[in-house]
Amino acid sequence: MGNFFLYLAVMAGVTYLVRMLPLVLVRRRIENRFVLSFLYYIPYAVLSVMTFPAIFYATGDWRSAAAGCIGALALSFFGKSLLQVAACSCLLALAAELVVRFL
Amino acid sequence: MKEINSFTKGLHNGLPICFGYLSVAFAFGIFAVANGLAPFEALLISATNVTSAGQLAAVPIIASGGTLAELAVSQLVINLRYALMSVSLSQKLGRSVRLADRFLIAFVNTDEVFAVASSQNGTVGRRYLYGLILTPFLGWTAGTILGAVAGNLLPDIIVRALGIAIYGMFIAIILPKAKAHRPTAICVLIAVALSCAFYYLPVLNEIPSGFTIIICAVLAAAVMAVAAPVKAEEESHG
Repeated sequence: MGNFFLYLAVMAGVTYLVRMLPLVLVRRRIENRFVLSFLYYIPYAVLSVMTFPAIFYATGDWRSAAAGCIGALALSFFGKSLLQVAACSCLLALAAELVVRFL
Repeated sequence: MKEINSFTKGLHNGLPICFGYLSVAFAFGIFAVANGLAPFEALLISATNVTSAGQLAAVPIIASGGTLAELAVSQLVINLRYALMSVSLSQKLGRSVRLADRFLIAFVNTDEVFAVASSQNGTVGRRYLYGLILTPFLGWTAGTILGAVAGNLLPDIIVRALGIAIYGMFIAIILPKAKAHRPTAICVLIAVALSCAFYYLPVLNEIPSGFTIIICAVLAAAVMAVAAPVKAEEESHG
């Protein structure tokens, strides 16, 4: 794999430019109300798209994934921290995985 | 608008991301070595890219000796969402953030770092941001090398359960906001409906997922920006 470093440079370069250019070029406060509103909604829209339906395939078995998902929804609803939600989600997925495998 | 600029608060907020990354990067390390990469190559990829989906897509291309153009296009498509996030983050930065800081912060502007920074009340300062990105970067690189070197030591069932950690975190960011602000909830529902359509419907599901994320998120956010524009004070709490 002699050209590994060439591959590395290309992928790191593209990834960095995509992140860096907007952050460096957009330095003024945006005043336009539509653009401001759009940017307000974007984080939640992007995260929602990335989470659903992908979460149901995250563990390789939809039953354990669904258990983890329901746990995450319930704990988030009651305002638990990111770490608590993520940890409980994993534990529930693990528990469901054990149940599915050994029952 | 209040600027959050405490390094320790940043560290504290970054820790959950760090733990989530340990597990995801662990899986990446296993995957890279299984595809024939050396552990130090997997580590270098993680240390210079800091992005899960892009790296996962790159490994088979590198392993099979694909073209550089193929690699570049795959990274551009999968990672284009970061451009959207960087524009959004640019409006969230406080006065303490200098131009040099922007070059460095951009390097670790991952989905999770962006999400946590966006969910703060007020603007975010340079010290907060450096605290926020420090442990996720360490978790990402440490997880990769651990997975690459010792991946087979952990039972499969644990690795699989860890796969859901990042999504749990995303839900923990989305849901409290959707609960408190109805237009955000509607935006989330539109985004999820579109995402499912692009995942399951014929023709639509042939579009690369990097494009899908952008199309769905832009549509959902644009519809709500027209239907329910936010007031200036609401926007500052985004």
